[in-house]
Amino acid sequence: MKLEGEVRIPSGCAIAALISKDGKRVSGETIIKAMLPMHDRSNGLGGGFAAYGIYPEYKEYYALHMFFDSRDTRKACEVFLKERFEIVKSELLPTRKIPQITDEPIIWRYFVAPLKSVLESMQLEEKEYVMRTVMKINTEMKGAYVFSSGKNMGTFKAVGFPEDVGVFYRLDEYEGYSWTAHGRYPTNTPGWWGGAHPFTLLDYSIVHNGEISSYDANRRFIEMFGYKCNLQTDTEVITYIMDYLLRIQGLSLEEASSVVAAPFWSVIENMPEKEKNKLKYLRTVFPSLLITGPFSIILGFEGGLMALNDRLKLRSMVVGEKDDKVFIASEEAAIRMMEPDAENIWSPDGGEPVIIQVKDGVQL
Amino acid sequence: MLRDAKCMDYSRLNAIVREAGEDVVLKNVCGQRFIGAGLSGRKIEIDGVPGNALGAYLNGAEITVNGNAQDAVGDTMNDGEIVINGSIGDAAGYAMRGGAMYVRGGAGYRAGIHMKEYKEKVPALIIGGCAGSFLGEYQAGGIIAVLGLDKKDDTPLIGNFPCTGMHGGKLYLRGSIEGLHFPNQVNVKKADAEDMEKLLPYLSRFASVFGISLDSLKNDEYTVVTPDNANPYKQLYAAN
Repeated sequence: MKLEGEVRIPSGCAIAALISKDGKRVSGETIIKAMLPMHDRSNGLGGGFAAYGIYPEYKEYYALHMFFDSRDTRKACEVFLKERFEIVKSELLPTRKIPQITDEPIIWRYFVAPLKSVLESMQLEEKEYVMRTVMKINTEMKGAYVFSSGKNMGTFKAVGFPEDVGVFYRLDEYEGYSWTAHGRYPTNTPGWWGGAHPFTLLDYSIVHNGEISSYDANRRFIEMFGYKCNLQTDTEVITYIMDYLLRIQGLSLEEASSVVAAPFWSVIENMPEKEKNKLKYLRTVFPSLLITGPFSIILGFEGGLMALNDRLKLRSMVVGEKDDKVFIASEEAAIRMMEPDAENIWSPDGGEPVIIQVKDGVQL
Repeated sequence: MLRDAKCMDYSRLNAIVREAGEDVVLKNVCGQRFIGAGLSGRKIEIDGVPGNALGAYLNGAEITVNGNAQDAVGDTMNDGEIVINGSIGDAAGYAMRGGAMYVRGGAGYRAGIHMKEYKEKVPALIIGGCAGSFLGEYQAGGIIAVLGLDKKDDTPLIGNFPCTGMHGGKLYLRGSIEGLHFPNQVNVKKADAEDMEKLLPYLSRFASVFGISLDSLKNDEYTVVTPDNANPYKQLYAAN
């Protein structure tokens, strides 16, 4: 497994997502189809998917998806996991052998619950405890990497084209109420399995098309709060920023968007007083979390999706609807593959978040 | 010639269009890029959603899209005509240097970025609906018009930062420009008879391709934006 930072490769990307507002579960085949017309936006060095609502039978447990470089690493990591969690299920993540996907690491799936006694002695809230454990493994345990750690959701990623990655992970056998997808064209780093999108922490996942120029400023700030950027990949820091703003700081999705894709001061000046004050406040409190450079991202979370472009809108993003479903993609063609009769096709403005949530009261 | 483009690779589809030697109708297009790139001397009709850079470097061919188009349509187009019956993505007419593009619906960000003109080569981009931010960014020549047809009251005719870096050409806006902000280096004024005379052939063509009454278009009030030559871009970065 080659690590990030060992080679530099010059670059585009493709993103897509769908969600059922009624919480109806659809198989992974639909989102795989979306990636077909956008094939040339990727270069085969990374593809991945996040799926929500796929583990209803284990929804009380954190689903850890992990890469290991060897059996010994896995054994050692399991010893560590057992000190912190009750492992209710441990299994090889099912895959299909296909010629397009090669050199796979050992890919394992655990369903775990934090050990109450350890939680109490560390005086930590459950999610914080899981987050810290993920950071510890990814930072300290060489050859082991947690790439998915939410409840009732999972990330599936690999080196390859996204449509092949979907077949490899047997996504046709999963059903989720919400899916995101990514085709990678790495700009600065080689494609390795951990560096593929989505980047996930707890139930937050990010797929990203772009290249952010504020990475290091964002990284320095976010690492003060216990996050560790191990992958030298810009998208990783966006995931941690979202976790910090939404889970730790308790900001709303709209407020978090106004932090990372803050309107220009000249635009803020022309706003009504109340809005102006709020945006000034957010820009003043979180200046280091402004993300600059081109990006279009889709944030997945329990019960919803949020799509967001950089404020200059240097990347494309299209949204469409049909019945209870909303579709988002880098290109309209991708939406037409998921739903040929999609309606209300529109492109959100730069910095304008598109938030879609499953209706209240729907059991996920 | 009629071709079903369903699931066809873009390079194969483009080879077919290039080698056809006659007018082409394409069905079930879905995201194939570069359709009609560099072509002259034929008509191409498209059903479905063509991919990015439709009609790039177009050199005289005529393209009609029956629905929406994606990003960078008519990139560096030199001659010919592109008609989009739906809406269009970002960076339409990027660095366009000739020919005309008619869009029935709206345009995304950066429409007409860096359009240019030279002598008789005057490109035109006519947008029927509204346009996103950075409209006509670095415009160096040619004609851009935004008509705001079917505009809703709560949506602006054009987004933020129009005409940033404009140093040539004309931007026409139909109807009210209340609430819109322009940079200091451009002149914004009511279109006069001479301005309208220049725009009229394009309005006339727009009306005929989309079946809209020309009278209702040409008799409205227009604003025209041109670079302010008395206030050029100088010393933006360094004293020189």
